[in-house]
Amino acid sequence: MNNIATSEIKNKVKRGQIYEKQRTEKGKAKRLRRKELKKEEAENPELREARLRENVPATQENTREFDEAVVADADEEVANEEEEDEFAQYFSGQAPKVLITTTPKAGKQTVNFVKELVSVVPNLEYVKRGSKFALQQIIQFCKNREYTDLVVVSEDHKEPTHVTVIHLPEGPTAHFRLTRIKGGKEILGHARATSHYPELILNQFSTRLGHTVGRMFAALFPQVPEFQGRQVVTFHNQRDFIFFRRHRYVFKNSKRVDLQEIGPRFTLRLRWLQKGLYDPVNGEYEWSYKADLETSRRRVFL
Amino acid sequence: MNNDGIVWEVLNNQFCSYKVKTDVGNLCRHPHNLTGRCNRKECPLANSKYATVRETSGRIYLCLKTAERAHIPSKQWEKIELPKNFAQAIEVIDNNMQYWPNWMIHMCKQRLTKITQYLIRMRKLKLKNRSTLVPIKKKLERRERTREVRAEAAARLDQSIEKELLERLKSKAYGDQPLNVNEAVWKEILEGDAVEAESDVTTEDELEEENEYELDSAKGGFAHEFVSDDSDLENDGDDMEDLVGMSASEFSSADDDEEEEDEDGEESGSDDEMSEDSDAMDRSDKRAKGKRAAGSAPRQKPTKRTKKHGPRVEIEYETETVAKDNMLTNW
Repeated sequence: MNNIATSEIKNKVKRGQIYEKQRTEKGKAKRLRRKELKKEEAENPELREARLRENVPATQENTREFDEAVVADADEEVANEEEEDEFAQYFSGQAPKVLITTTPKAGKQTVNFVKELVSVVPNLEYVKRGSKFALQQIIQFCKNREYTDLVVVSEDHKEPTHVTVIHLPEGPTAHFRLTRIKGGKEILGHARATSHYPELILNQFSTRLGHTVGRMFAALFPQVPEFQGRQVVTFHNQRDFIFFRRHRYVFKNSKRVDLQEIGPRFTLRLRWLQKGLYDPVNGEYEWSYKADLETSRRRVFL
Repeated sequence: MNNDGIVWEVLNNQFCSYKVKTDVGNLCRHPHNLTGRCNRKECPLANSKYATVRETSGRIYLCLKTAERAHIPSKQWEKIELPKNFAQAIEVIDNNMQYWPNWMIHMCKQRLTKITQYLIRMRKLKLKNRSTLVPIKKKLERRERTREVRAEAAARLDQSIEKELLERLKSKAYGDQPLNVNEAVWKEILEGDAVEAESDVTTEDELEEENEYELDSAKGGFAHEFVSDDSDLENDGDDMEDLVGMSASEFSSADDDEEEEDEDGEESGSDDEMSEDSDAMDRSDKRAKGKRAAGSAPRQKPTKRTKKHGPRVEIEYETETVAKDNMLTNW
């Protein structure tokens, strides 16, 4: 009788009762075990440390597939190459001068988004897009007027969906999918922006491609931030999603910073990167998204 | 062999696959038709003498058909390429169709005009760089939407930003007189540096411990957790000693030292030495670590501690998150 497995018990009510009993007992045992563990670890914190050190859950980040393109911390070759790339001029002190425009006949939401961006990036100039000129002509105009970057926001169904960033005068051109836009005012408890140049945080741009993209974002902002504004703009790359945030911070003490979001917030995802200036026909693609590339979730490109 | 009259009889009265009947009248679909209308005069099949202008892949040809070649279907049409220059092309038509009916010459020229115009328009459009429509891949969008949410959760943005900012502050990236820091906080950091420089006695473990602590508090959680006191019953005696005075128990003093060091680090150097001198090393170390967590709370509200609670409040910092944090950087 005692040897009968619970699942074999024919009486449904009885079976349920026994299951319930087993469940509570299991929970009780677990709670007891945890309590004891806690006690032990309170006495001897090394145990806790050891446990935590050993018990590391596998995440997509720490099980990431090996990628040759990941740049080591002190990679001289990359550093040398970066000294000579298209952004070298910016990093040697050239002041950024950025123009932003949209696709022709932009809707209200798109224009609002552009205005938010204008408040974020200093020296960003918005020019309304007419239908007269093609993008390649506009690039030429910008080059003649010595702009360092051109940003184009494209829309679909009157909503901004893509952002193209073109570094001038020699490229590269990056095209991003734009999602989850939240304007500053939509954010609960948002702070107000000031016109100070913000600080920049570029997080986790690890590969060669990531470096290029990160440098591209950096090149939009003035090199020397105005720290008294206590504004920080973040481009955080996680699993190829680039999260944009802007905060005001305050150092409470030597261990604590408080953040208040200013907004806007949005997410970018790289669709392609072209080597030179934007050229849809003959352009040389350094990288472009293809479904075939997505062999695993643990494969990350930026 | 080829009787135009009979051909027309058949096409008109019986069946023609090129004929299209509309409200406007009968039209012709034959590629050689000069005008597109279906009648006896303009039918390319029922006329042994016929001329038309055709365009294939950007080149314009004058096509002529004569009764002399009617018996060789393969060579029925004479194809003359017209020059790109419109005036010259007109001249070629005139030369080749000298004794042809006037209306046919006229129609050929009209057709030539039309073709040249649409070719010009085509070339212009090609140069214009028009926008292309790209399909939105619903499945991809859906997949990415969920992944984005998960990636955002994994990113723990606020924490990583806070961590980065603190790092910048501590590594003096903001210069010697930073404008973005309160004077008191800056002093605290400078003093912390001084203490670190002074006391090289701290072991690696302790340093690690400290970092962990910093991380914890940097996470902005301030997650003190108030734990029930039944598990701490055996520690009560210590607390009493605490209450009475620090003198008695070595570890209670040790933990207070630690917190001094953490908070303002004024006299911490000497205290640290004291504790280490007085006690067996390992023991004090352990105790210190154990109580380190108790750090900030009692300092914040010293009066409360003596009056209300008596026993100290044990605060637990969750360190699992730290492990994750490390993973973020050391994947």
